[in-house]
Amino acid sequence: MTASVIDIAGLYKTYDNGFSALADVNLAIDRGEIFALLGPNGAGKTTLINTVCGIVTPTAGTIHVNGHDALRDFRAARACIGLVPQELTVEPFAKVAATTKFSRGLFGKPRDDAHIERVLRDLSLWDKRDNSNRELSGGMKRRVMIAKALSHQPDVLFLDEPTAGVDVELRRSMWNVVRGLRDRGVTIVLTTHYLEEAELMADRIGVIRDGHIALVDDKTALMDKLGQKRLTVRLSTPLDRVPDRLADYDLALAGDGHALVYTYGRDGDAPVRALFDDLSRAGVAWSDVDTDQSSLEEIFVDLIGRTDDTESSP
Amino acid sequence: MNWRAIATIYAAEMARTSRTLFQSVVSPIISTSLYFVVFGSAIGSRITEVQGVSYGAFIVPGLIMLSLMTQGISNASFAIYFPKFIGTIYELLSAPISFVEVVTSYVGAAATKSAALGLIILATAELFVDVRIAHPFWMITFLALTTITFSLFGFIIGIWADNFEKLTIIPLLIVTPLTFLGGTFYSLDMLPPFWQKVTLANPVVYLVSGFRWSFYDTADVSVGVSLAMIGVFLAVCIGVVAWIFRTGYRLKN
Repeated sequence: MTASVIDIAGLYKTYDNGFSALADVNLAIDRGEIFALLGPNGAGKTTLINTVCGIVTPTAGTIHVNGHDALRDFRAARACIGLVPQELTVEPFAKVAATTKFSRGLFGKPRDDAHIERVLRDLSLWDKRDNSNRELSGGMKRRVMIAKALSHQPDVLFLDEPTAGVDVELRRSMWNVVRGLRDRGVTIVLTTHYLEEAELMADRIGVIRDGHIALVDDKTALMDKLGQKRLTVRLSTPLDRVPDRLADYDLALAGDGHALVYTYGRDGDAPVRALFDDLSRAGVAWSDVDTDQSSLEEIFVDLIGRTDDTESSP
Repeated sequence: MNWRAIATIYAAEMARTSRTLFQSVVSPIISTSLYFVVFGSAIGSRITEVQGVSYGAFIVPGLIMLSLMTQGISNASFAIYFPKFIGTIYELLSAPISFVEVVTSYVGAAATKSAALGLIILATAELFVDVRIAHPFWMITFLALTTITFSLFGFIIGIWADNFEKLTIIPLLIVTPLTFLGGTFYSLDMLPPFWQKVTLANPVVYLVSGFRWSFYDTADVSVGVSLAMIGVFLAVCIGVVAWIFRTGYRLKN
């Protein structure tokens, strides 16, 4: 077995109308990780997932799942994958347990009622097992789709926007489900619009833009590298400019001179203590202190904005 | 070959029938009984015999053929159109199965259903008229070939259709007229000579004629030609399905 559960190399997808959805995508997904794929609408997230899962035929490039070529050895490759697509699509008249068992059979696995029960219980669907899918709420339907994807015990689970349009409570329970799966060794690839979700869940983050992977990094490394912390010092008496003595720090005045904002990296060796010493030496009196850090969302907007700049420059 | 997947889809399709038992089984039986009342009893009482068989018995093979064709098409076309329409087709496309499994299971289920229906209609007909079967082996052969061919045809329609109108337009505008004009209710020699010639261009004529031969040993056209025609139609359908399989037409891009 290779270290990475999915290996994508030189993947291209150009649709019949000439639209290039994927251009030279290279990506390796590590076994057992939660990988979040971020990107604006139309960036190619769903096309990438659908290409790996066999719904879209690639124009060029190779995909290996557990070492199996996804095109030539598609049966072995697809047997390792569970897919939960973005749109809520369940057969309306089928019953929850029956539709879950159907998926297992479709993937060629022998009947295993104990496993189906465990999956349905994990997703709080066991009480609904004899209900028709059409009687379920949207969130429940989403769970049925996850149950179907897990019915055949996949090594990798693809969740395409699993929490889009799902209320806060359900989203939290979904996160718990995903963590539980990871704890059992299932690799998870999810796309999301909620950066908070990626920040909370993911081990690694990939950003896709205009059909190519703009960046892949460890989440904490990414946030350390690109994220910043802000220290806001509320002043007892307002200043009209940053004192010269403090010129070495990255300081800015805010709130009409009532606050000093110090921006520094997240890596932990910023001279915060020295700043306070220098504040006293400069005779700046302060009443309160606040810190916060940039969220993944800010990093993301910043990153997308930066790529925009580089692309527009000649 | 993923046999378990075939069995799973087949079983699910058959279970769908039991959910819509009335629509799938009862309504064709009612409409066939109506044909018997109208054509067999009301009109048939004025026609003495056709090709040495009472008119009521004469139309039985045609009526069975009619339902094999229309039901085969509607069962198979709806079965594959429905997952496309509601979006659950993603599961078929991402499963470790090839198109061969998909076709085998869906067409197999549709053919089973319409063949069962044909046999139910035969049993119903026994209540009205005296039906005898001269060549049981060929009767089953014609029944099986026709139902498989038209289920394949329906499957193709279901793949091609991207709205409900397209799903019904071919059965409505082409298949129904051809079956009604294909000698279901009459023998070709009851037509004026000119129309006899025109009718020979209708493929359904050969199916009905051959099937009727297996019952009463009388036919409008030779049995060999009938078998050859259904063989040709089957080959064309398999060819189109193979092309869909290769290109992913309307399924994958």
